[in-house]
Parts: sequence; C-alpha cells; structure tokens
Amino acid sequence: MDLTLFTIQLLNGLQLGLLLFLVASGLTLVFGILDFVNLAHASLYMLGAFICASFTLWLGNFVWGVLLALPVTALVGLVVERVVARPLYARDHLDQVLATFGLILVIDTAAQLIWGPAGIAVPLPDWLEGQVQIGAVTLPSFRLLIIGAGLMAAAGLFWLVNYTRLGMLIRAGASNRTMVSALGIDIQSLFALVFALGATLAGLAGMLIAPITEASIGMGNSVIITAFVVIIVGGIGSMKGAFIAALMIGLIDTLGRSFLDDIFKLVMSTEAAETSAPAISAMLIYIIMAAVLAFKPSGLFPPKVR
Amino acid sequence: MTRIATLALLASVASTAVLANEAKIGFVTTLTTGAAVIGNDMKNAVDLAIEHLDGKAGDTTIEVIFGDDGFAPETGKQVTDKLVKQDDVDFVAGYIWSHVLLASRKTVLDADKFLISANAGPSQIAGKLCDPNFFSTSWQNDQTPMAMGEVLNRQGVKSLYVMAPNYAAGKDMVAGVERTFEGEIVGKDLTKWGADAQLDFSAELAKAKASGADGIFVFYPGAAGGAFIRQYDQAGLKDTLPLYSVFTVDALSLPKLEEADFQAVLGSRTTQQWDPTLDNAANQKFVTDFKAKYGTYPSYYAAQSYDAIMLIASAIEAVGGDMDDKDGLRAALKAADFDSVRGEFSFGTNNMPVQDFYLREVVTDDDGTWTTKVVETVYDNAVDPYAADCKMK
Repeated sequence: MDLTLFTIQLLNGLQLGLLLFLVASGLTLVFGILDFVNLAHASLYMLGAFICASFTLWLGNFVWGVLLALPVTALVGLVVERVVARPLYARDHLDQVLATFGLILVIDTAAQLIWGPAGIAVPLPDWLEGQVQIGAVTLPSFRLLIIGAGLMAAAGLFWLVNYTRLGMLIRAGASNRTMVSALGIDIQSLFALVFALGATLAGLAGMLIAPITEASIGMGNSVIITAFVVIIVGGIGSMKGAFIAALMIGLIDTLGRSFLDDIFKLVMSTEAAETSAPAISAMLIYIIMAAVLAFKPSGLFPPKVR
Repeated sequence: MTRIATLALLASVASTAVLANEAKIGFVTTLTTGAAVIGNDMKNAVDLAIEHLDGKAGDTTIEVIFGDDGFAPETGKQVTDKLVKQDDVDFVAGYIWSHVLLASRKTVLDADKFLISANAGPSQIAGKLCDPNFFSTSWQNDQTPMAMGEVLNRQGVKSLYVMAPNYAAGKDMVAGVERTFEGEIVGKDLTKWGADAQLDFSAELAKAKASGADGIFVFYPGAAGGAFIRQYDQAGLKDTLPLYSVFTVDALSLPKLEEADFQAVLGSRTTQQWDPTLDNAANQKFVTDFKAKYGTYPSYYAAQSYDAIMLIASAIEAVGGDMDDKDGLRAALKAADFDSVRGEFSFGTNNMPVQDFYLREVVTDDDGTWTTKVVETVYDNAVDPYAADCKMK
C-alpha cells in the first residue's frame, strides 16, 4: 500500500463524500426543517442529470448545460413542492413516504418516455476530459472539478444558513415553526424556497455525476439510500452533521473498496479474502450506521432544539 | 410437393386427437430500470423473428408473452411462475441475467416445459444442473472471456488486472479468463451489482493503475459498460493500461458513445460468438431488416433472441405443432436444425452451443456509424469447460 495510491484514494473518497453531501444536504434540509420525508429526492437528482444532459447535447457545452439546468431543476422542485409536498405537510410520515415513492415511479416512467430507457452519455469539453498531475498524484480533471464544486456548494450553504436572513429564518423554522409564523413570516414561501434549494442541490449532484456514470433511469435510487444513511449518521436536520457524515461515509466506502481485500489477505486465504471483501465493503457503511446509532441514537450532531 | 405436405398434415391430424394449433412462448427479459435498453433490443429481435416467420411455425400460430424481470432474481422468478402456471406457455425463453435464470429455472423445468436461454449462461446450468429440457442460444459464461484470455496470450500480455460485477456471471467471467490466460493476475475487483449497482469506479481504476499491469480485463454489460469506458478514458489509462473487454462494448453502448463523440472506444477489441458482419444469408437478412425496422445495429442480445425464436419455431414445425409430443420437441430442439445467424452450430451434451468465437474490433461503417467487425477467429467449435460435469449423455 504505497502513499501515492492512498492519497489518490483519499481524494476519490473526498469526491464521493462531497457528492453525497450535495444530495444529503437537501434531504436533511427538507426532512429537518419541513419535517417531510422526500423519497423523490432521488428523482430530482436523476432529473438534474437528464435535464443537464439534454442542454449539454443541445448547446454542445457542459458548463452552459449545468448553468441552464440548475434553475430548471429548481423550478421542478417548486412544482413538486406545490403539487405533492404541500398538501402532505400535516400528514404523518408514512403517507409522505407512500406519496413520494409513487412520485419516484411516476418520474422514472416519465423520464423513460421522454429520454428513452438507454440513458444519455454526457460529453465533456476537452479541458475537463484530461488529467491533472500534482506531484506523483494523477487525477482526472473532472473529478477535481467535482471536489471544487462540492466544496464551493458546501461553503455557500454554510454561509447561507449561518450568515443570512434567509438562513436565520431556516434555522428558526427548524427550531419552532409555529413561533416563526406567529412572528409574521410567510412560512409557506419559506418552505417552498427550502424545498427548491434542496432540489437544486440534488440536481447539481446528478449533473456532476452524469459525465462519469451517464444519466440513466433510476440512477438516484442507490444514492438516496446512502444519503439517508448520511443524514441518520450525521443527525437529522443538521447541516454540519450531513457534511461530516457524508465525507466520512465517502471515505469509508472508497477506502473499504480499495484496501479491504489486501487487509483481509493478511488474516485469511487469498480466495476467502477475494470472496468476502466485496461483500463486506458493500455492507461497511451500514455497519458504521448501526455502530453510530448504538452509541448516539440521534446521530453524531443532532440539532440542538427539536 | 403440395400433396406431400397435405398428406403430412393429414397424418399429423390423424396422429393426435386434438391438434394444438397454437404454441405459446413466454419471453422473460428486463423491460424496466436502466437495463431495459437490453430488454427492448431483445424484444425487438423477437418481434422481427415473429414477423419473418409470419407469426407461424409450419401451421402452428406462435404467440409470445413478454415478462419483465426488473433486473432482480425475485421478480424474475415471479414472472416465470406466472408464465408457467397462469399462461401455461410451452416454452420459456429469454433471460439476460445469470442470477435471474438460476432463480427461475426450477419453475420451468419442474413443470416439464422447455427453457431456452437467449443470453445468460451460468456455469451451474452447463454443469451439475444441466437438464434435458434446457437449451441455450448464447454461450456458457466462461467461454467468451476464455477466448479473450487466449487473445491476450497471443498478444503477449504478461500481467492483467481484472474487474467484474459481483454476481453469478461476473464470477464466471473472471473464472473464464483465469482459465486460459497464462500470465499473472495482479489484481481483481468484484463490484456491487443489481438495480443499485456501483457505477463509479474511481477507487478500482486507481488500484488498477497502481498495480502496473500490462492490461485490464473487464466485464460490464449494459449501462455500466458505457460508464466504465468513460471513466477509463477520463483516468487517462488508454496508453498505459490497454482495455480488453467482454460484453461491455456492444451495439447498445456504441450509439450513445458515438453521440457523445467518444473516440477512445474506436479500435477497442472484444470477443464474441456473433457479429453483424458474419457472412451468412440468415445473418444478412436479420441485420438488414433489423436496421431497416429499428434504425440501429442489432446487439448480440438481439441476435441470440432471434435465434431462440427460430430454434423454437424449427422444433414446433418438426413435430407438426403437436405440443404434447415432448420427446419429439426435445429431439428437434437438440438437432438445432435452423439457419442460425451465427452460422452452423450444434448442441453439446449439456445443450450448450458448440460454436466458433471471434475477435471483434470497433470500427466505423460505410455510413459513419460505429459498429464492430470480425478480426479473426479465436476458437473453432469450442466446447464449454463444464460439459464434463453434466451427467446427461
């Protein structure tokens, strides 16, 4: 296990963690503040990818594709909030799960009708297709871009939540929703805004992953499960928790996939290691979640007032 | 001639009390999730086969009922149950995925129906679990990677990194290349598979690069193939770690890669038992009509599905549409007396095809469309390695 490979894997883990954070932050905002379980968050991630792919193929430029797809995804988020989420805020979580699960099926099928089942490969401009050399470490430049974009989004979100009036309202809404509306704040448009923000973040994650894995039907379904693991480990409703847990899960998953079989080979036969390592590394994040919940049932960083 | 046909018809009418004038085929494939792109291609090929047959095998009308396995063994088993018990089909064909086929085989075989795999070829069914009522119009999983291993030996590759999804076929593919490749396997990754398959291979590609292998062998069917090739190129491995793949670059991924103008895939090589350029009348008709009807080249999935329907039709015709004549149907299936798009082939003792394997290269055709062509023949009349484990004679 040499240092260069370890560094590369750390960066790969960081990149996966930041993508997870983009999805999980929206989920934790909506779940923590609106008290709304949105399984269809996965569909917004997928829609972001498809919308961006269409714009990219149409305009021939990925960057323009992302810039145009972001507001469109936000708009889709607003529509989903108005049509599906708003009537369900007062209902219990099971109704919300049922409705948003139905929404996943509807959006998946709609996407299949619009874009076909094949998925879309998203072309990148030449300057993003290459690699960047930093010392002995070579990384695909697009992965560096994901790391950069993810960190910027995280910083922007941190600033928004902690240092702006809107962020203050969001935090206040999370602590005591009735009190905020009693103070004359239009809680409905605040909720709509938060929902659209979450949708945009999920969409952005989808847009960033699409040039790597292609935009495909149901691409969000695996991410959403991991994102739930992230917000549960981080503490539901906590932005800081989501950030730290996302990076943790990203690193554990990547490093597990990279080094687990080598570690297992130290204590068991090569054949046994090769069979068990993939199984264990697929389970690793759930084992971590179980361990965290055993010691801190409300996650690592539960919001102070609930 | 007409008189003989009439006599034959009369004879068959006389020999069976009730003439079954309709045969039902259940066709199980993936019609939802991202893998639906494979299922749709197979369905298109089945529709084309039925069109070429005019909906009939001899005088028997053929009805095809499609079932969706949703890329999951449990769903595949349920839909197979439904086809066998509720629709009472005579044949169940299709099956892209080895784990789905393994989960579903018992339902079909216990009901004394015929099971025809149009893609999946798990080692178990070729060996210990072989059955007189099971036939394959594809290959045994190990064979295509074995041919690739042979190609690697011929090209002087000394060390290899291996990647495949972690399920029945993935393990068979790895076993296949390990069986024939004479150099050293320096690293191996089996990645998560299914509806929530792992599609981001950053960690694995970094390991492969660090391993210093002469080449990388991969098996990533369907959407994962395009994703893998994308990342392989983004990681800049084309010159240092040449790609040798099976079932990864195909007629389904190439149009997408072409649309994204993804030149890196041109010239890459894979092994296969079939190719659109194979020079036989059945194949030319199939490829031309498929392109005319659907606008794309057929994939190998389509070719195998087309063959599956043609094989079944040849058997129905041989028994004159008497679907109760199981022994006759079995013998007729085993004879493989039809014009396969892959050219001549026969069934081995375990009812797996004994056939040629080719090395194919990704090229641009006369119209500028990306497709494949045959470079050389790797194996003649290859028998799969599990045939010896099969107790059938």
